[in-house]
Amino acid sequence: MIEHGPQKTAIMLDVNGLTQYVEIEPRRTLLDTLRIDLGLTGAKLVCNMGNCGACTVLVDGVAVYSCLTLAIECEGKRITTIEGLSEEGSLHPLQQAFVQHDALQCGFCTPGQVLAAHALLERNPQPTEAEVVEGMSGNLCRCGAYRGIVEAVLTAAKEQAVTSKPGSGKTA
Amino acid sequence: MQPFIHIDIASAEEVIPLLDARTRPLAGGTDMLPLMKEGIVAPERLINLKRATNLRYIRVADDGLHIGALTTLDDLERHPDVRRDYTALAQASALAASPQLRNMATIGGNILQQVRCWYYRGDFHCWLKGGDLCHARDGRNEYHAIVEQSPCVAVYPSDPPAALIALDARLRIIGPQGERLVSVAEFLQPPTAQRRSLHGLGPNELIIEVHVPKSAAPAQRSIYLKAMDRATWAYALVSVAVTAEVAADVLRNVRIVVGAVANTPMRATTAEALIEGQSLTEELIREAGRAAVADAAPLEHNGYKLPLTRNLVGQALRDLRGSSS
Repeated sequence: MIEHGPQKTAIMLDVNGLTQYVEIEPRRTLLDTLRIDLGLTGAKLVCNMGNCGACTVLVDGVAVYSCLTLAIECEGKRITTIEGLSEEGSLHPLQQAFVQHDALQCGFCTPGQVLAAHALLERNPQPTEAEVVEGMSGNLCRCGAYRGIVEAVLTAAKEQAVTSKPGSGKTA
Repeated sequence: MQPFIHIDIASAEEVIPLLDARTRPLAGGTDMLPLMKEGIVAPERLINLKRATNLRYIRVADDGLHIGALTTLDDLERHPDVRRDYTALAQASALAASPQLRNMATIGGNILQQVRCWYYRGDFHCWLKGGDLCHARDGRNEYHAIVEQSPCVAVYPSDPPAALIALDARLRIIGPQGERLVSVAEFLQPPTAQRRSLHGLGPNELIIEVHVPKSAAPAQRSIYLKAMDRATWAYALVSVAVTAEVAADVLRNVRIVVGAVANTPMRATTAEALIEGQSLTEELIREAGRAAVADAAPLEHNGYKLPLTRNLVGQALRDLRGSSS
């Protein structure tokens, strides 16, 4: 049995491949830890109740709402935020597809949308349009860019199928 | 959220001595954390169950399906045996919430989900929270009960439990006195003046497993339908779970459960008796739909639930009849 808190406690988090040391209270959500303690403001605070999807991040590759996740429970897990998606300064193919399809207006929900799409394609590399719509249903876009978002995800899936080589371990 | 002590444990057995009114278990957190943020509950200690990995499993055995309490709704939705042999449960899991929430939410926690009534969730000291008055009764009650079971008119919000009742599932619960087995149908109860809660779990008890018995009938089919005010990610306006043995157009051993019309998912026993062993004609289907809401008395803003329930029951029966093979 391991007990922490209610005062701050020191934990190590694996965020985008880097080990990060933070001192947090057990009540600290993963979202607040990312934004306030680590300065990673890509994940957005909107409803704070698991209704909107703007705070979506990946934990061990699975899309979760970071506003309903306690940071203290993420020790030993692999956390991926939007800041960890691009490689060597170039956009991830999904991000590129969002740009190409104008899949955003204000952009506030976009980090969550892209990560939800990433988790969807990891699990289902060649989704149908209906599967994309369902897979993206946990992320609201108040600008109503849904059409572009669905097209962006479908395009990224097609490009992924073209670029990934058989046996590379990547989905195709 | 008020400060709390966070406790990690390695197995479910360690939890019981720790539990009391101020020390609560934490599974997926998708309901507990919003309740804490809203100040509806304020535990002093939270016990994280998620490191007790022995509670996340789906086991197919001779006597049916054994589901560990920490199994996520996503696990249930995707499991091939659940989809094939316990279809209503897979459908109900898939229709619940959003992909992210289904990745997080556990079946144990889902069964214990608190009502979504806006007065309960809002800044009202309503009857269910220990007050004197159900504000929804004469207030905004679009999403509330059409069958009165208690002074509270909130409806039970979760999807999978209606399917579990239709599938005659039981819960394994551990507590200070050891283990007990209770059917989901008996476990979910309308609140009373003494117990302002929609279930019969004691403060120092824990659900550890859901057992869905295997039907003896190879022709057993099941279905879960959910009416929402948008195509996805909404609570049920009305839901219907049906299990039956299907042969041509005849249904036997029918169980019809209607959700989101009362404090608990309700068996529509009169409708079941009407169609049991009969050739399922359109007229009989309509009659069964009417029987399912015969005892209903809508509130000011939810009269639409009457035709919705009638038609959803009818749709479920038609779909099951059509699934005969």
